[in-house]
Amino acid sequence: MKALVWHGTADIRCDTVPDPTIEDGRDAIIKVTSCAICGSDLHLYDHFMPGMKSGDIMGHETMGEVVEVGRDNKTLKVGDRIVVPFTIICGQCEQCKRGNFSVCERTNRNAKLAEAAFGHTTAGLFGYTHLTGGYAGGQAEYLRVPFADATHIKVPKGIPDEKLLFLSDIFPTGWQAAVQCDIQPEDTVAIWGCGPVGQMAIRSAILLGAKRVIAIDRVPERLTMARAGGAETIDLTEESNVVARLNDMTGGKGPEKCIDSVGMEAHATTSLDAIYDRAKQAVMLESDRPHVLRQMIMACRPAGVLSIPGVYGGLIDKVPFGAAMNKGLTFRMGQTHVNRWSDDLLRRIEEGQIDPSFVITHTVGLEQGPEMYRTFRDKQDGCIKVMIRP
Amino acid sequence: MNRSVNPRARSAHDALARGLGWFSIGLGLAEILAPRALCRALGLPGREALIQAYGVREVATGAAILMSHDPTPWIWGRVAGDALDLATLATGFEGDNPRAGNLALATAAVVGVTLADIACVQGLTGDKRLPPPGTYEYHHRSGFPGGFAAAHGAARDFAVPRDFRIPEPLRPWRDGRPAAVSAPS
Repeated sequence: MKALVWHGTADIRCDTVPDPTIEDGRDAIIKVTSCAICGSDLHLYDHFMPGMKSGDIMGHETMGEVVEVGRDNKTLKVGDRIVVPFTIICGQCEQCKRGNFSVCERTNRNAKLAEAAFGHTTAGLFGYTHLTGGYAGGQAEYLRVPFADATHIKVPKGIPDEKLLFLSDIFPTGWQAAVQCDIQPEDTVAIWGCGPVGQMAIRSAILLGAKRVIAIDRVPERLTMARAGGAETIDLTEESNVVARLNDMTGGKGPEKCIDSVGMEAHATTSLDAIYDRAKQAVMLESDRPHVLRQMIMACRPAGVLSIPGVYGGLIDKVPFGAAMNKGLTFRMGQTHVNRWSDDLLRRIEEGQIDPSFVITHTVGLEQGPEMYRTFRDKQDGCIKVMIRP
Repeated sequence: MNRSVNPRARSAHDALARGLGWFSIGLGLAEILAPRALCRALGLPGREALIQAYGVREVATGAAILMSHDPTPWIWGRVAGDALDLATLATGFEGDNPRAGNLALATAAVVGVTLADIACVQGLTGDKRLPPPGTYEYHHRSGFPGGFAAAHGAARDFAVPRDFRIPEPLRPWRDGRPAAVSAPS
């Protein structure tokens, strides 16, 4: 089969690789009908996340049709249409039973590596380094879904892939980011980053009834899309002091809730801390650039909430934790517990409350995948979300 | 054995930058390891320490180019280094330098590399240039089939799970007391 394969920094190729096979009784194999490139895939593309090996298949936003089922899998059958959550879950461990699916205790087959890096293991993930299991990803013609009897979202036929695919990651991720804010009708929610997760977080905050949503970015088309979803915007090409601007917009009090949809590769270019981060990163004294975290801590109203769906992978520096502590801020973060939200979000799609396909700007075949990685990373050609049809 | 169908994931400017990175490392190592021979060939006696310092600069810049996902600032660094190299070479033309021919050749080579650096940095900058506002019209992409008014608050029926709720004293206050909590899911 054809698949998008990681070979090194900024080197992804469309290779021919062996077809997947059933390895465990709970497995299923799906024929991929649609998949997508996620913003967090760019951390692998740029090789900021450790733990990739040449030959790894990329991709964790995937859906398709079941074509083979393991003998112990009693919940799926050939022909079922499923969306595959990016977190692989057993459904049986203590964390899964609590709904904390992204920290499933059993699905990371490289748990020792994760324990060394994070202190404890977290869930296995598709196509996202050997720290999270080294599982083949779904930017391919076929995908083996481990623990498939639990790791799936059954979806009805008749709804196009475009509306359902993002149940795999960015829609529940944006939703969880907003839910972590416990949004109240009086709340102003500031959202850093108007990439795909930021766009979903904006829509989720609107659906959950936030009084105001303020979106922050520097890319014109992303700001346009944010405004289309009901957000006010701060354009970083025109405004260098975000904290002062947010104070101006909120009567000097700051937003009650702040969401970091950027993560480890913040692209600040004009501030001193950005230069500091780049210098430390260049000499490997810091792995992540926490520019947005610093701004959120300073901007957030005292006793407010910081919600962090943006991915961080390692070490950060010069975070004003004294400000966070003294302001009594609540930090909520984590990979997304996809299956915790999927039934509710599927219903909202079916009822027409939201159509997540609004975010797709490019639809291509697998062969165009490598160049679309570059286009997406460099924010060229108006690219916000790439959907791939293998 | 894997077969590459479309291995092109880098632009020509990225490839040029990587080439310049390797060139930088090669030249830098030569300057660090053989400063005396270089100074002799160019008729620049007594500049060995300076040449070695330039070598360290070249190796550091080359490594940064190869390790960075965005080599643009480091190629700018190379352009600045080229200017320094040309200024240093120019001092060798003063007086009667018996190696003036070698020096002229070296100067021409550095000019050529400088032009390649400038072409590279211009290409990389052009690759990253953002489109002017209005190029991509996404103003109709609300994601709300029923319109904004219908969507705003449509999910207020969602009961935030108990473990995602903010502690009561931190919730907003209405009428002198913490805002009401909807039933847990």
